Amino acid sequence: MAEQTGMVEKRGAGLWLTHLGLIIGVAFIFFPIWLAFVASTVSQPEIVRPPMPLLPGDQFFENYSKALTAGINAPVALMLGNSLFMALGIAIGKIAISLLSAFAIVYFKFPGKKLFFWLIFLTLMLPVEVRIVPTYEVIANFGMLNSYQGLILPLIASATATFLFRQFFMTVPDELAEAARVDGAGPMRFFFDILLPMSRTNIAALFVILFIYGWNQYLWPLLITTDPSMNTIVMGIKQMFPSGDDIADWPVIMATSILAMIPPVIVVVGMQKLFIRGLVESEK
Amino acid sequence: MEKRVTFKGIWLPLLLVLPQILITAIFFFYPAGQAIWQSLFIPDPFGLSMQWVGLGNFEYLLSDRYYRASFVTTAIFSILVTVVSMGVALYLAILADRLIKGSGTYRTLLIWPYAVAPAVAGVLWLFMFNTRVGVVTWYLGLLGYDWNHVLNEGEAMGLVVVASAWGRISYNFLFFLAGLQAIPRSVIEAAAIDGAHFWTRFRTIVWPLLSPTTFFLLVVNIIYAFFETFGVIHTITSGGPQQATTILVYKVYSDGFVGQDLGSSAAQSVILLVIVSLLTVIQFKYIERRVHY
Repeated sequence: MAEQTGMVEKRGAGLWLTHLGLIIGVAFIFFPIWLAFVASTVSQPEIVRPPMPLLPGDQFFENYSKALTAGINAPVALMLGNSLFMALGIAIGKIAISLLSAFAIVYFKFPGKKLFFWLIFLTLMLPVEVRIVPTYEVIANFGMLNSYQGLILPLIASATATFLFRQFFMTVPDELAEAARVDGAGPMRFFFDILLPMSRTNIAALFVILFIYGWNQYLWPLLITTDPSMNTIVMGIKQMFPSGDDIADWPVIMATSILAMIPPVIVVVGMQKLFIRGLVESEK
Repeated sequence: MEKRVTFKGIWLPLLLVLPQILITAIFFFYPAGQAIWQSLFIPDPFGLSMQWVGLGNFEYLLSDRYYRASFVTTAIFSILVTVVSMGVALYLAILADRLIKGSGTYRTLLIWPYAVAPAVAGVLWLFMFNTRVGVVTWYLGLLGYDWNHVLNEGEAMGLVVVASAWGRISYNFLFFLAGLQAIPRSVIEAAAIDGAHFWTRFRTIVWPLLSPTTFFLLVVNIIYAFFETFGVIHTITSGGPQQATTILVYKVYSDGFVGQDLGSSAAQSVILLVIVSLLTVIQFKYIERRVHY
């Protein structure tokens, strides 16, 4: 960190050059988003006659209310709701089943434990993209196309979180479990009263990562939500482009893009510490 | 490693692992097994029966001109995405690390694009480079350059690479900055006192000490470019023009769902499975080494 003033940090002209370099970098990162925002505040004719303006116009409310209430195939408000439900379902579902199984693996001896552990380990390797066709068939056979279960369940079938909680539980002092046992508390009492409160920060950090992961899913919702009212916002944007040669309704599409970014960006910026912790933990 | 203190009981722990077992079995192991199984068959055109072909699907794939082209495309694409996003991120992290005050502010400004979905990033870049209304296209036209990624293969590749790398800079920046800040100041200052200039210090001290971070990011970024960039490609080019941006994951999708060629798609899944397993093993091997040292 930068508490002491060393001799290798830049001062004077060098300092300004450093800031200039960083500002150029930040501008490069921001430019596409700025353009999208500007496009979401102007009218369609201003865009289709290039070059489009580089400063916001006065159509903000028109475009956003049109997107939210009518959209193009489905109201964007509905898609936002679907995304929120899916992201929360994935984050909460995965954390819940992982906490339980990690608790069982660490605090019990039971037959098949080793096998179970290795099966979990295997799932760390395979992203859903690799097994999409057969997974799609499973969901179709269960009649789960166009349903929240269909959106959520296949994406929580991996053990990254179990692995993480196992690592954390191993660092919890044995004395705590011993004390609980001496006091006559059963395992579930120990789990809810001691282990769960101790895992708060880990759970929160993981929640941030999983929420963004769930929110940003694209391929899976694209395959299984054929009904526009079940579309999530991230995959719904592409569906708003007309097929063929018609001109896309750019102001509404860009307003939808901005709306699609807001929830995960709020989560990342608002919970920056937890987010960074979650990233580092889940990659260890 | 085992806990010294454990609870008694057999049914309770089995009950606790049951939800995960069920979900993983139904939605992970069964489909993964199906992918391997289906890769050994060719379904007839009506989907009524399956014909055993052994490794025929694989032989066919490996001799298929388009599949081999897709391998090359994926390699070029992943290398470019990795190099561009890591290069820009390292450059920004080095700058931010030189600041005494304000590196935290820049970090906040730079990390949030991580939250932007690859598919949304694709739409943003598509908008800028759109052949009809794109701002960048228009200004390039003023300079006398006729941008058309719909027809030009190189431009299509360039666009999906930049759009994929753009969202990834945040992540790499975060890890590079943490890696740089973990290098003891005293070592660098000692070198500075001995008269080593910035580049000498970077080459002889910073770069070697940063290499664990760099290696880790290399593997993670390649995995990202392989699997998570589907949204970028689907929104910007749909694999075109002339399959110039059809990476392996995109081909699994287009052959399996658009082309309905299930045997080939399953065989492609199995090949991807082998690739991702190899990458994961490399990553674990490396982590193991770091733990020992």
